[in-house]
Amino acid sequence: MTMTTADKIQANLNKRYAAERRFRSYGLVSVAIGLAALLFLFLSIIGKGYTAFQQTYVKLDVQFDAAIIDPQRTRDPQTLARADYGKLIKKTMRERFPDVKNRRDKRKLYKLISPGAVYMIQDMVRNDPRLIGTTQTVWVPADDDVDMLIKGYINRDEPESARRLKDKEIAWIDSLAATSSLEKRFNKTFFTAGDSREPELAGIWGAVVGSFYTLVVTLVLSFPIGVATAVYLEEFAPTNRWTDLIEVNINNLAAVPSIVFGLLGLSVFLNFMALPRSAPLVGGLVLSLMTLPTVIIASRASLQSVPPSIREGALGMGASQMQMVAHHVLPLAMPGMLTGTIIGMARALGESAPLLMIGMVAFIVNVPEGPLDPSTVLPVQIYLWADTPERAFVERTSAATLVLLAFLVVMNGAAVWLRKRFEQRW
Amino acid sequence: MIRLKHTIPFILSVAVSATVFAAGRDYISIVGSSTVYPFATVVAEQFGRSSGMKTPKVEATGSGGGMKLFCAGVGVEHPDITNSSRRMKASEFKQCQANGVTDIIEVKIGYDGIVLANSKQSPQMSVSRKEIYLALAKQIPDPSGAEKLIPNPHKTWKDVNPSLPANNIAVLGPPPTSGTRDAFVELAMEGGCNKFDWIKTMKKQDKKQYKSICHTVREDGAFIEAGENDNLIVQKLEANPKAFGVFGFSFLDQNADKIHGSLVDNKEPTFENIADGSYPVSRPLYFYVKKAHVSAIPGAKEFLAEFTSDKAWGDEGYLSDKGLIPMPEKERGKFASDVRALSILSSL
Repeated sequence: MTMTTADKIQANLNKRYAAERRFRSYGLVSVAIGLAALLFLFLSIIGKGYTAFQQTYVKLDVQFDAAIIDPQRTRDPQTLARADYGKLIKKTMRERFPDVKNRRDKRKLYKLISPGAVYMIQDMVRNDPRLIGTTQTVWVPADDDVDMLIKGYINRDEPESARRLKDKEIAWIDSLAATSSLEKRFNKTFFTAGDSREPELAGIWGAVVGSFYTLVVTLVLSFPIGVATAVYLEEFAPTNRWTDLIEVNINNLAAVPSIVFGLLGLSVFLNFMALPRSAPLVGGLVLSLMTLPTVIIASRASLQSVPPSIREGALGMGASQMQMVAHHVLPLAMPGMLTGTIIGMARALGESAPLLMIGMVAFIVNVPEGPLDPSTVLPVQIYLWADTPERAFVERTSAATLVLLAFLVVMNGAAVWLRKRFEQRW
Repeated sequence: MIRLKHTIPFILSVAVSATVFAAGRDYISIVGSSTVYPFATVVAEQFGRSSGMKTPKVEATGSGGGMKLFCAGVGVEHPDITNSSRRMKASEFKQCQANGVTDIIEVKIGYDGIVLANSKQSPQMSVSRKEIYLALAKQIPDPSGAEKLIPNPHKTWKDVNPSLPANNIAVLGPPPTSGTRDAFVELAMEGGCNKFDWIKTMKKQDKKQYKSICHTVREDGAFIEAGENDNLIVQKLEANPKAFGVFGFSFLDQNADKIHGSLVDNKEPTFENIADGSYPVSRPLYFYVKKAHVSAIPGAKEFLAEFTSDKAWGDEGYLSDKGLIPMPEKERGKFASDVRALSILSSL
């Protein structure tokens, strides 16, 4: 058996083909693993979170009893503000379940309704005092335990002692459901309210607004400073040891763990400059420090991709260095810079660790009205909810994550779109 | 480039408004323990909704971190109240005094039980504090009775006490920065440690040595530091029915369909047993207020009144719904009247 040259070549060729197929399949497997992880993340978050977009409401025929709200019939706003609206709801519930007699059971009965119902009724009266004396059908949010039962997170087959809701309460809920006084509706509160310790009253709007102010400050600071730095380093700076040093440092800063920027913010902005704790302004300052290296690196890369012929052409036509940069290079590099900035912003939006140090990890109910009001941001809200004992916050944590992911997808999508739409290929 | 022109006035205006801010604050600022956080936030929200004033801001910084911020000084840039899952230490009190925070009001708000719980798929366990110590300490006294220490040899609960199940010891608990961990170590492990007379007598002679014997948790994998997130521990217990978790009573209360608490010294961790003090692993929770801030910060007085009202911390108050174990009525009355009179802490 002798091998001809052709055989040897064939064998070698087969080996090389096999190697290539293996190499490709490694790549495919890596992509598949990545996709599977992503799919798992999305499925588990969506699976846990989608129920939070609905909330159980209870229909009550509330009698706006004048004797309780406004006994003197003065319609004085002060009196209306101080009235005990809880009594109206308790009375309605007692009339709905006339058999409930003893004190303990009554307390349990009242607890089926969210404490937020009282404020709902109060607002109704404040907006329209003519309601006093009438009977209105009002849909009020049910307590989170009721909501959990309706959504199937509380197992009725468990022994009574192990359930948050006892047999009696479940019987009341079933009787409400049987008369279609119980309904799952779109959870508007989740998108319009600030934080709350009652899951059924908690919303992400406060965190979204906080994130917005924080990002505005970050953008306003990091974009101009980042672009100016990149332009100077690329177009004007001489190449010497100092610019090399600056470049190395910028690249280093891009890899510094974000919590370090939080520590820096704590000592500079809070302790030295005495800016308020928990303010989006400080959050924005810290996050600008964190995103600046990203913006600078992306901007420099995008300036580098503008071919020298453009610069030479402009200079050849008699443009000054400044005109060459401002009129020709910068506009051509702008899409790449914006892409880099958006990606930096998306990272800043998802960041929570540096904000821990400057007091933005806090329970804040009021929706912030400016960059100096105390506020949290979306990822911090998720972190806070993940650590609360109430079961109903589990789904809200996932739902808030979904909202954050949606923002991130939109931002990164915008970056891709900008690149596709405006980027010049040379 | 043109953008920059607009940026500079913006930064200036922000800087100016920041200095304006420093002149006053129209909301209460609260920092401190993450154990007290769930209770303080409920009161804050109630207060905000019913008073029409701004809802206080509550940060969970941990008890120690809160004390540090609280004691940094008097003035609007410093917090008004700090929550704590343990009493203020003498060193912290000194620190406060040194920074001009001289008038501090101490308020005990109730009790919290720390439970050792496992999944309902496994049977409920009953242990003594001594057994907890023998299962989780890094070093334990030589079983032969000699007064020396050996590295903890126990692999399973059965090794500790033949009547316990033959499962590997696996306890998920909070890291050392947590107040829950401090309390668990102090109440459960030290409590068990004290059952050895020769160690107990050491407390008077060599406190450092005593503490290192009683407070050091084993590091060979039997005790797993699972982070501050108690929900995560509950989930992990479900996934691993043979493991135990250490966390606050409110998490047991909320997840009673999935987990059950082990009996400690024959007492089940129930609301009643913690309230009457018979369950041994429970601790008081506190908050501290700066007297100087009570009149300066709008709403501070009303917030204190809300927190110390029976509606909040009473036997059937809304805090007990959230898992806080109320104090006996007499004790509540004492602290409520202290708050009304703004009587300050003279020493620790």
